[in-house]
Order: sequence, then C-alpha cells, then structure tokens
Amino acid sequence: MTTAAERHAETADAEEAAERASTGLWRDTLGNLLRQRSAVVGLILLGLLAFVAIFADVIATHPPNQSMLELGEDVSRQRPETLAPCIHLLGCPEARPQHLFGLDGLTRDVYSRVVHGSRISLYVGFVTVGFAIVIGSVLGAFAGWSRGRSDNLIMRTMDVVLSFPGLLLAIVIVTVLGPGLLNAQIAIGIVAIPIYARVMRASVLSIRERDFVTASLALGESSIGALTRRVVPNAITPVIVQGTLGIGVAILEVAALSFIGLGAQPPTAEWGSMIALERTLMTTSPHLIIFPGIAIVVTVLAFNLLGDGLRDALDPRLHR
Amino acid sequence: MIGFIIRRLLSGVVVLFGVVLLVFILGRVIPGDPCIAAYGEKATPQLCAAFSDRYGLDQPIPVQLGIYLGVLSRDGSILSEAGGLNVLPAFVAGGDNGILHGDLDNSIRFNRPVVDIVVERMPVTIELTIVAMLFATLVGIPLGIASALRRNSPTDVVSMVGANIGVALPVFVLGLFLQILFAVTLKDTFLALPPSGRLSAGMIPPNIDEAWGLGPVDGPLGSVFTFFSNMYVVNAVLTLNGDLFVDSIRHLILPAIAVGTIPLAIIARITRSSLLEVLGLDYIRTARAKGLAEQAVVVRHGLRTALLPVVTVIGLSLGAFLSGAVLTETIFNLTGIGKTILDAVNGRDYIMIQGITLLIAIIYVVVNLLVDISYAVLDPRVRMS
Repeated sequence: MTTAAERHAETADAEEAAERASTGLWRDTLGNLLRQRSAVVGLILLGLLAFVAIFADVIATHPPNQSMLELGEDVSRQRPETLAPCIHLLGCPEARPQHLFGLDGLTRDVYSRVVHGSRISLYVGFVTVGFAIVIGSVLGAFAGWSRGRSDNLIMRTMDVVLSFPGLLLAIVIVTVLGPGLLNAQIAIGIVAIPIYARVMRASVLSIRERDFVTASLALGESSIGALTRRVVPNAITPVIVQGTLGIGVAILEVAALSFIGLGAQPPTAEWGSMIALERTLMTTSPHLIIFPGIAIVVTVLAFNLLGDGLRDALDPRLHR
Repeated sequence: MIGFIIRRLLSGVVVLFGVVLLVFILGRVIPGDPCIAAYGEKATPQLCAAFSDRYGLDQPIPVQLGIYLGVLSRDGSILSEAGGLNVLPAFVAGGDNGILHGDLDNSIRFNRPVVDIVVERMPVTIELTIVAMLFATLVGIPLGIASALRRNSPTDVVSMVGANIGVALPVFVLGLFLQILFAVTLKDTFLALPPSGRLSAGMIPPNIDEAWGLGPVDGPLGSVFTFFSNMYVVNAVLTLNGDLFVDSIRHLILPAIAVGTIPLAIIARITRSSLLEVLGLDYIRTARAKGLAEQAVVVRHGLRTALLPVVTVIGLSLGAFLSGAVLTETIFNLTGIGKTILDAVNGRDYIMIQGITLLIAIIYVVVNLLVDISYAVLDPRVRMS
C-alpha cells in the first residue's frame, strides 16, 4: 500500500523524468553518440559506404559484369601477371589500362565489382535484419503483453530455434528453400528472429507495468491500442540497438552462405561469392581475395562500432 | 540448487523435443516428391515404394513422426517390446529403427548408417574445436586482462581495435588469408605451415586398438576406438607416436586460428569490460585499503568474480565454433562434420543432413545446459532469479 507522500514523490519523479525526456531521447542519444570516438568512426565509415553504394555507377570505372576482353585488352586467366592491380600513380606502366584492384578470373574489373557489391551488402544487411526485427518484435511484444500460455509457447519455440548453431540452421533452411540471395536472407532472418523476440519481450514486460500504461487502460483504451500506441513505441529502443549490431552479423552470415554457394549466385557481384569463385586463383592472384575480404571487414566493423556506440549512448548507467 | 537443476533439465528435455520436431518438419517440407528429392536420378519405383514404406509417407503426419522417433510401426500401431514403449538405444534393446534408438538411418550417398559416418568424422571437428577454444581462451583472457589493467594505454587501444576487427573478420576470409600467408608467402621459411589436410602425404595414423595389440575391436567398443583413433593428436599421445603428434598439430594451427579468432575477440572484450566493472566495486577498494598487493587484489579478488561471465561466453560460443567449423573444414579440406554436412547439402543427401543437424543441435543443447548448471554452481545469484 503506497502512502500519499510516496505517491506524491513518484509523481514528482515522473514529472522530472518527463521533463528530461522532453529534450528528446534521440537528440540526447545523438549527443552521447557523437562523444564516442569509435561510434564516430563507425558513422563515418557507414556514410562512406552509403555514398559508394548510392553512386556506385559513377564511382565504378567499369560495369561490374563486363569482361575486359570485350574492350580488347590483352589479359588472360592463364597469365596471372595480367590480372594484377595496375595503378598508374604507383608506377604501373601507362601502356597497361588502369585497374585499381586488378582483374578477376573472367577478366572483370575487381574494383568495380567491389564497389557494386556494397549495394548488395547494405541491402542484405538492412532487409534481413528488418525482416527479423518485424517478426521478432511482433512475436516478442505479443508474448510479453499476453504472458501465460501463448508467451510460453512462443518463447519455447524461440528457444528451439536458438538451439541450433546459427549458420547450420540457415544452411538447412536454404537447402529446403533452394539456393539464392533472397532465400539466404530469409534463412538468416529466421535464425535471427529469436534474438529480437527476446529483447522485445523483456522490454515490453518492464514497460507494461508503468503507470502511463495502466492509466491509458483505465481511460478505456483497448488492450491492442495500449500495446501498439503506448507500450511498443517505448519498448522499441533496445530492439533497434540490437538490430544495429545484428546487421553486421547478418552481412557476415549471408556472405558466408554465398561463399559456400548457397547465397548470391554468379555473376552477381557479391563479396562472399566473389571470394568463393576466385579461390582457385588465390595463390597467384591474392588480390582477388584481399579486396572483397577487406570490404566485408570494413562494412561489418562500421555496423558493430555504431551498434556498440548506440548501446552505450542509450545506457543510462554510463552517463550519470 | 537441486530444484534449479531439475527445472533446467526439464526445460532442456522440452527444447530437445522441439529440436527433433523442427528437424522432422524441415525434412517434410522439402518441395516435390520426397523420394525423388532424396534419391535424385537413382529413384526407381521399387526404391520409392520401399522409401515410402520405411517412413510411412502414406500415413498421417503424427504417425510419420512416431515412425521417425521409432515408437510407432508402419501401420501406426505402437511398437511394443516386452509390452511397453521401446525408447531404448538400438545397442541396448536391439534392432529397432528410429532416432530414439540411436538410429539416424543410412546416408543415401554412402549407403552406410549416418551414425557410423558421424563416429568417424566427429572427432575431426571436436579436435579442431578444442584446439581453437584453447587458442581463443589462452590468448583472449590475458589480452582482456592486460587491456583492463592498462586502460586507454597503447596496449589497450591496439588490442581492442584488434578485437573489433577480429569480430568483423569472416572465418572464410581469415582462413584464406592465413593460407596465402603461411603456405605461399612464407613457403620456404621455418614458419611455413601446411595449407590443407590433416596429415602430410604418406603419414598413416594407426588404429589405437591395433597399436595396443588388441586387434580390430568390433561393436560399440570398436566405435569408441575408431572415435579416438580419428582424433590424431589423442591417437599420437595414446600410441606414443611423436611424428604423428607434430604433424597433426602443425596441420591444426591454421584452421584453429581461423575458427578461434572471432571467439577470441569476444572473450577479450568481455574479460576487459567485466574486469573493469569488478575493479570499480567497493570490496576491491576494501582489499586495496587493507594493504593487499595490487597483484593479489587483481588475481585473487578481481579475476575470480570477473571471469564468471567469461565462462558463460566460452560455453555459448560453441555455436560460433561449430558454425566456423563448417567454413574452415571446407577451406582446409578437413573431413569433419562441417565439411560432411556441406557435402551432403551439395549432394542433396537429406537423410545425412537431418541426422547431422539433429546430432549437432543435441550436443549444443546439452552443452548449454551444462554451462547453465555450472554457472549456477559458481554463482549463487543465478539460482535465485
């Protein structure tokens, strides 16, 4: 039983919190985010990647699937030295056409393919995680709001999905659906659903007990209305943080599926499948592995740094 | 305590049943005729009739599940032996089919029991996982401690930047980089390491049972011998074979680094943040205030508490190790369980895929259960929540 004084104190607390919140959670977060060096690095890298992806057609020197033989260049898979990177500024003879990252086994320009690959990877990351977040959040929110039997059923199902090593379950799902980039995304998305369902459920469980939810129910708002209009908007933040971290993982896993031939299919300029396709040439032309490899690392790193930064920026324990 | 363990075991059983159900469902939703999906060009009407009979494909789905588990017979009646449900393993209760009896059926491609193939190949993956795990913990924990103790020093910055890159580095890219570096660039130096395979050409490992003069052993005990004979490092130790030991270790180094790097980075980061958090607590200040040497404060008071979350992370990264093994075994041409499942995917050997997926998931669930329980033993707070 709360006394009047306690209730008054709570109201005061709530008012104070509301005042603090009115400066805007996201503006505060942005401020905190920009104070972290690693998060800023992540943001800059991501901005760069987004720029490259949007203007890929301008930045790339060649169409991604064009063979240099079509342009009459004297290059061949049999002579690895003709595939090596050639940068005029670094002393490559002017007689040779310039190829910043060299050529691949089908005499296509690797630089242009890596540039175009950024489109696929960013798209894959956002769409896959978006899919997982939407389904996971709906399941998690419903489980946390309804509790009881349906909560139990949903969360035990999530436990089962989590009982498989992620990549393995994804491989099995792609085997059932058939290889391809879209199916690889669906598989990786399904495997990621339980993470978001758990985060959302935990978040909903804590928000639902708050006074403003009780108040809105008392004012006659329907259960669904309270869930979608009051609870979910306040519970979504941790899910978004988790999602930012999840994009890196999703990009890595889709690249891995493409590497083993279950994701993007040739001639798509996807980094994982580019590496797989040129494995046989790697002893003579290591640039075929190194450049797409670095591209993957930079992209995943950018999302991880941003995700870590976002998590810290939203963690009230860290900036008391 | 006992209550916690019983509750945890029960939920483990529920999850295991769910795992079986999911693998069963995945096996049934393959589009098209399952027999043609399984046998491909080899499918003949006779073969398909036998296949349909074997799995009761003309029966309702619940009966098919019962047949898959090995508790129902083809016509849907309860399989009873000595008047009750028979759920015992085949080598105890005799030759019933079904997964509850430890029978995962025959691989279509190899026409041999999946269980036999797993017994031969699982040791490769286990050996790789153990070496990779040792690498990840023995490097990751000291790195995390050093970072935490010298916060914001060059050591800290370099190792945390390294850890960030390590987490972002795909296993297959790292594996190929290592191959280029150690097998091509450093080829003629003393640092050269073999790029693939488990042993050098011409090296033939003995079977432990034969090396011990027991002759070829059959039955379940024979499987145990096969299992350990295929872990070449263990084999070398048990048969006192120095050459085999050195050669198998040399072949394990690169794959272990490839598999272990992501867990290493995660372990280093967790160790660092956990130790930093603990070192800020009141009882550490008390320990310092009573005049304990800094080393004693860190090692005896700080680390003991700080390493608890690290233990969990090591247990939970088993999934990362197993996922990594699929890619690493393919790159380094190691015939372990990861390469086997990929070969099965490419060869559309559905029975093999189902069997191995089920086995790996069971191992994963059991290990997570053990980690949970050991964590509860180590940290009383867990039992309460």
